[in-house]
Formats: sequence, structure tokens, C-alpha cells
Amino acid sequence: MAETSQTATQTFQVRQSRTLPESVFAWMLIGPAMLFIAVIVAWPLAETVRLSFMEADLGGEQYVGLANYADLMDSRKFHQTIVRTFYWMFLSVGLKLILGLIGATLLNAAVPGRGLFRVLVMPPWVIPIAIGCIGWLWLYNGYFGVLSGTMMQLGITDGPFEFLAHKQSAFYSAVVTDVWVGTPMVTLFFLAAMQGVPKDLYEAAYVDGASRWYRFRRITIPQIMPVIVSMSLLSAIFTFNSFEIIWILTEGGPRSATTTLIVDTYKTAISNFKFGEGSARAVVIVILLGTFSLIYLFFLNKVNKYYGSGKK
Amino acid sequence: MMDRYTKLQMVGIYAAITIFLIFILLPFFEMFMASLRPLEHLFRSPYQFWSDDFSFQAYRDMWVTVPLLGRYILNSIFIASMVTGITMVFVVPAAYAYARLQFPFKNLTLGIFLGVNMFTGAVLLIPLYRVLRTMGLLNTYWAMIVPGVAFLIPTGIWLLRSYLEKIPRELEEAAFVDGASRMYTLRRVVLPLAVPGLIVVGVAVFIGAYAQQFLFAITFNQQRELQPLPAGLFEFIGYQDVTWNQMMAAALVGVLPVMVIFLFLQKYLVAGLTAGAVKE
Repeated sequence: MAETSQTATQTFQVRQSRTLPESVFAWMLIGPAMLFIAVIVAWPLAETVRLSFMEADLGGEQYVGLANYADLMDSRKFHQTIVRTFYWMFLSVGLKLILGLIGATLLNAAVPGRGLFRVLVMPPWVIPIAIGCIGWLWLYNGYFGVLSGTMMQLGITDGPFEFLAHKQSAFYSAVVTDVWVGTPMVTLFFLAAMQGVPKDLYEAAYVDGASRWYRFRRITIPQIMPVIVSMSLLSAIFTFNSFEIIWILTEGGPRSATTTLIVDTYKTAISNFKFGEGSARAVVIVILLGTFSLIYLFFLNKVNKYYGSGKK
Repeated sequence: MMDRYTKLQMVGIYAAITIFLIFILLPFFEMFMASLRPLEHLFRSPYQFWSDDFSFQAYRDMWVTVPLLGRYILNSIFIASMVTGITMVFVVPAAYAYARLQFPFKNLTLGIFLGVNMFTGAVLLIPLYRVLRTMGLLNTYWAMIVPGVAFLIPTGIWLLRSYLEKIPRELEEAAFVDGASRMYTLRRVVLPLAVPGLIVVGVAVFIGAYAQQFLFAITFNQQRELQPLPAGLFEFIGYQDVTWNQMMAAALVGVLPVMVIFLFLQKYLVAGLTAGAVKE
């Protein structure tokens, strides 16, 4: 059997050289997708970089060198936006990971009805974000939202409380909504990873008298660590770029309390037609996110190596 | 034995699951309740959780108040379907190449594709706006379809690749032995075997396409008749007298198509989407 498959492989290779060369065929296959991405993503990206050195609006463009960047460097407001964006990202991603871990553990527990529960956590992920946000817009409303309503009934507040009208509450409300949107995907991937952990590891630990918490800490967590690490990067990128949620809930307000870099860029470029200044902001986003990802990938590599060698 | 829980633990687990699900489902529940409340009820003070004047009237009225509602929903489905179809045309060959073939710059190009995920959102809107204007696509369906495709190709390749890798190689080798060309093998041997995977990835792309329309629609399209549902609804928030109950009803009706698709296919979808995560 091994022999025949070996001859088959040999024939396979012979055939390969007789038909199209493998690399030519491969490039024919990925070519169209590459070209499409080049036109719709790569070229606009290059354009963004070019525009960032321009003073550009609907009227035309003029080369201004690094002036746009210099303005950003000097702007205290922009510095605050950067800090706010990272705070937004770390807070939201942290909550998503914690909730995802808790959710996945619960949905992995062998209790009746878990099939149904697994389906019920998905909707925020499946439906358009914009529509989920309309629901949250309602929840946060002071007059007819259930949150403010409950607070009034319980006597916590005297009158209606508009969650999105105050700086602090608007920011944290947006975080909660972002966590709501992101948690199902994280939960789902953690759950899948947990199901992939070999059963015998648990059984061996159980026989040795390890408690449930111990098994979770010493088997589950290390085993799913690679997925936790890669999900955090993915989630961080999504959260950093999260636009619709903030735009629909607050449009970056009140008084810039929820303006992250992406919202700031959109406002500058699209709402105010300052293409040059907007592009400079977009480039800053790419640089920040790129640097963050590289550092993270370095870390990811280490974790994978560490746990990968431990597994075998 | 190991998976047994005491009664108390069971209660704890169910309580925790309940809290978790309340957080996840609360907005939907609120939307549904709001859609049932007559408009004047909304402004009643003090706040009422329950009253006896709930009705489904909003589900009838909304078609009159928002004459284009049906159109919005159809637009959403149309745009998402077009995006899915076109995306798959690009994704299938590319995913096959990454799953099976060896070629120069394989890892580099795959990295570039995945890097695209980093730029989703507002970063590229300015030049993209100009590209679409140059091509004369602004304010057409294409303005929402073309960028949609670009941002779903990477995910599609990634998902389909891990599926194709699981198909046994022997069948392709057998086809080669029989003298089939590469293209023929891909079309007649690999694709039929990959149908379940194609469906999973197709549905995932469709859901993604249905979800991502908002940004491109509000930026690249001003024509009201072409607007997909999220953008169409968003426009109403700006109006003076928002008929909130109808808006909630419309939002819920608008997500029905994806929810139905999802519910039918969720088992395969979830398995397919997470396959890449647990392959190691």
C-alpha cells in the first residue's frame, strides 16, 4: 500500500512537470484575487500615504510636506485621541477575552440544553452591527430605555438618565456595546479550542485527584493558549478599527469623549472633506496598528513555541 | 463520572449561563418589546415595564411610514448575494493554490492577503472614494459591492484553505495518473468534493457581506433607492419624529433573512469557521 502510494506520488510529480509548471498554475489561481486586492486595497493605501503629504480637499491638492504630521504631533487633542483609542482597545478586548473564556467554559459544561445555549449566544455576531446598535441606542435612552427605567424604579436616579449624553457614561456605554458585538466570536473560538483538548489529559488529572479548578488552570488554559493569543490579536485589530458602533451611538461625542482614531479620521476626511489631514491620520493608524501587531506576533511566536514544545 | 455535577453546581452553571444570555439577548428583547409599544406609550412617565396596550400595529404601519423598507431589505440581500458570488469566484482558485501547491512567495502573498484585514474600516475610504469616482461607480450598487468583495476575499481564502487541506490528496493524484489536466482536476475532482466547504464559506461570506454594508453605503452611496437596510434605517434616526416602534419592528424584520440562514446552517457554519482555530 505504501509502495503504490509512493509510485502514485512519483507519477504525480512527473505529470506535474508535463502539464503546466506548478508555480505558473498557482499564480494563475491567485492572480485575480491579488489583482483585485491591489486595485481596491493596495493602491488606495499608497494613495493615502501620498495624500498625507498634501493639503487636499474637494478643490484640489497641494504638496505641503510633513505639515499634516507636524500638526498632529503638536495637537494635544490628537494625543488624547491616541491614548483614548488604546484605552478603548485594551479595555474592550480584555473584557471580551474574560467574558469569552467564561462563556466558553459555561457552554462547554456537560449540562442539558447546551446545544440551544450555543446557538443563543451567536446573534450579535450574525446580524449587522448597525442593527444591533439601534437596539443599544434604545437601551441607553433615558426616557424609554429599560436601563434608565429600572434605575428610576429602584430609586437610583431621580429622573431619566441619558447614558450617551455624559462623557464618562457614553464612553463606557460604547465599550459595553463593543464587548457585546465581539464576545460571541471570541466565545465560539474558545469553545472550539476547548473541545479540541484531548480528553485523556483530563481523565489522567481526574484520576490523580485534581480539582475542577486545577484542571481548568493547568490543562484547559495552557492547551487553548495559542487560540487565546491569536484571538486577542484579531480582536484587538477589530476593536481598534471599530467604527460603526461609535458612529451610530454617539458619532464620537459628547465633546469627543468617544472619538477614537478611526472616528477622528472619518470625521476629518469624510465629514469635513480634509483629505490630506485625514490621510495623515489614517497613516498614523496603520503605523500604530502595524507596530502593535508586529510586537504581538513576536509574542505569539514565543507563546506557540513554549506551549507547542510542552505539548509533546 | 468526571463530568458529573452536584445539584448545587448545576444551579450555579445554569444561573451563570442565564446571566450571560441575558447580556447577549437583552437588546433583541428590548427591540421586540419596543416594537410592540404604541408610540404614545414610549413617553409615558414613570417608566413602565409592562402594559396591556401592546400590539403588532407597528409591523403593519412601518411599510407605510417607510415606503422603501421592502426595497432596503431586498437591496441588502441583493448586495450581499452579489458580494458572495464574486468573492467566491476569486476565493476558490486562490484557496486551492494555498492549500495544495508550492510556489514562490507563497507565504508572503498569503501574509499580504491576511494583512488586508488590518485595513478594514475607515482607513482607506478617502482614496477608495476617488477610485470609485474615477470608475464611475459612486451611487451605484457597485460602490457597495466592490469594496465589500475586497475585504472578504482574505477571510474567504483563509477559511476555504483549511477546508481544502482536509480533502485527501489521493483522489487528485489518481486523476493525474489518469492524465487529467490541472484545471480539469480542480473543476471535476476537487470542487465536487469541496461542496460542503464551499457552502460553509459562502454562508460565512454572505453573513459578513450582510453585516458590513453600513460603512460603504453611507460613504459611497447617496441614492436612497439603492440603500441597504442598516443605512436606510440609520437615516431615520435623524428625522424629527422618529417612530421608534416602527423602526425597531423594521430592524427585526430586516435581520430575519440572515437569522433564518444562520439557524439552518449554524451547525456546519460553526464547525467550519472554527476549524482553522483548532487544527494545530
